[in-house]
Amino acid sequence: MTPELKGFLLISVAKLLLVFSVVMVGVAYETLLERWVCAWMQDRLGPNRAGPRGILQPIADGIKNIVKEEHIPATDTRTLYLLAPALALIPATMLAAVIPWGAPLQLHFDFTLGPLGRFTYDGLTSTAVADLPIGFLYVLAFSSVGVYGIALAGWASNNKYSLLGGLRATAQMISYEVAMGLSLVPVLLLTGNVSFSQIIGAQQQGLWFALPLLLSAFFFLTAGFAETNRVPFDLPESESELVAGYHTEYSAMKFSAFFIAEYSNMTTVSMMFTSLFLGGWDIPFTHWDETPGVAQTVATGLVFGLKVAALIFLFIWVRWTLPRFRYDQLMALGWKVLTPLALGYVMVIATGLWAIEQGLGITSPLLRDAALFALNVPAAFLLFRVLDRGTIIVGASRRPTSARPLGRAA
Amino acid sequence: MAIGVKVLKRPETQVSYVRAMLKGMSLTFKHLFHPKVTMQYPEQKSTSEWTISQRWRGTHRMLTDEQGRAKCVACGLCPQICPANCIKLVPGEDEEGNRYPLIYEIDEFRCVFCGYCQEVCPEEAIHVGVHYENSEYSRSRFVYDLERLCAQTHPVSTLWDPADPKGE
Repeated sequence: MTPELKGFLLISVAKLLLVFSVVMVGVAYETLLERWVCAWMQDRLGPNRAGPRGILQPIADGIKNIVKEEHIPATDTRTLYLLAPALALIPATMLAAVIPWGAPLQLHFDFTLGPLGRFTYDGLTSTAVADLPIGFLYVLAFSSVGVYGIALAGWASNNKYSLLGGLRATAQMISYEVAMGLSLVPVLLLTGNVSFSQIIGAQQQGLWFALPLLLSAFFFLTAGFAETNRVPFDLPESESELVAGYHTEYSAMKFSAFFIAEYSNMTTVSMMFTSLFLGGWDIPFTHWDETPGVAQTVATGLVFGLKVAALIFLFIWVRWTLPRFRYDQLMALGWKVLTPLALGYVMVIATGLWAIEQGLGITSPLLRDAALFALNVPAAFLLFRVLDRGTIIVGASRRPTSARPLGRAA
Repeated sequence: MAIGVKVLKRPETQVSYVRAMLKGMSLTFKHLFHPKVTMQYPEQKSTSEWTISQRWRGTHRMLTDEQGRAKCVACGLCPQICPANCIKLVPGEDEEGNRYPLIYEIDEFRCVFCGYCQEVCPEEAIHVGVHYENSEYSRSRFVYDLERLCAQTHPVSTLWDPADPKGE
């Protein structure tokens, strides 16, 4: 191995360890935050026993799950049963690797480490573990692998509730993946690139895409809630109907694996939303963060963390406010509303971009984004006007009834 | 329909789901900052707003006389009235002809805490208590014998008075 390759590997491993541990600790503390926010919203105190103010609660939970007795149901598909938690957890932990969490860092080192030989590195290194050129396509692809874990867990548990949960998860995640993919096409139109660093760069030049692509952000967030199986789309586990859905039969660390997968998917969706629509690690109203440096990397990393934390709070806030969808409403929202709307929005943005760039001859990214935002305001008003007023989620009294009471002429 | 269910028409024109959703979100957000109502149980057992009722019927207590003997005269009324059949009483008699309980045991697992034993007792000996911390390491420890019933120190329950139904 050349010293350059060894240096590259060293940096990659260091970034890998950093990102993985930050995401895992983040996941642990998201569970605590979830319980706190839930408690506060219900005028309770929440966990406050383990350590000062309950701050060590995730550690206690982790130890509990590791030492807990495990129960494996009588099932013919024991291999799949054991494989399913891993299939859910592994893709979930792989997703955060491609998202740059801070400004790129200028690194230079050259040292010899005993029998391992010489390590050298010189140049600008991205803060993502692997700044893949295929960017968010990687995230979309791997997040859909996660559904195998859930579907197999449902199937292998040999339990009707688990099976229903697994089926629901499969249908739901495939449906909303379409809407999620389509909602990201406008981002492609604006940047012409799927790489996260290029998309963040484009947002530094113009506006954060949450403004010029307001509705796309809205669609993506909705689809993201559905993809992570969070309330109001938590039908795969819906406690009140299916006990615990696909993980009913899992205990101890295997259950924990599903739990970690769910929270780490939530983190990834938040990170992705931040990168694609909230400018990633960009600090607004300043160009100081665009020159590489250690201070810049730390500051932008903190800003990125703050944005992600705010989104995670939104996830939790929505979970403890909204009730769950009915299953037909979920499917109707996915296929009849989000998918066509996202498709139509691609047309709107494409036409708008053409008109702004070709018709009006605006080339400055800032002006272009501002003009697109101006286009979005009436579109959003129209959309919410239509979405609202019960046109989508029809009340029980207005649904066409196919089943009539017996002994009564239709 | 046979059972006459009244189907209410939902309002169609003025319903706004987005507004309703935002209203719900703002409500839950406001509750983040509301004062919390949780009582920190093992450290804090009553607050100015809440104390345990004087009429709480918990585990039993046998009152004793000046010589430290149980007031019970083994009349047999409490095992007779007990709906859960949880009181075991074997009466005895001393040389002077005074009846006393040879064996007096209450199975607190079987007890339904109705308080009839206290109501029926002519000597005001057996009482249900204002007490709720009863954990033990074995099931057999929940059969309280006479010695243990006499050793309890918690306050006894105040019976419901029909003349003063709200306890004022």
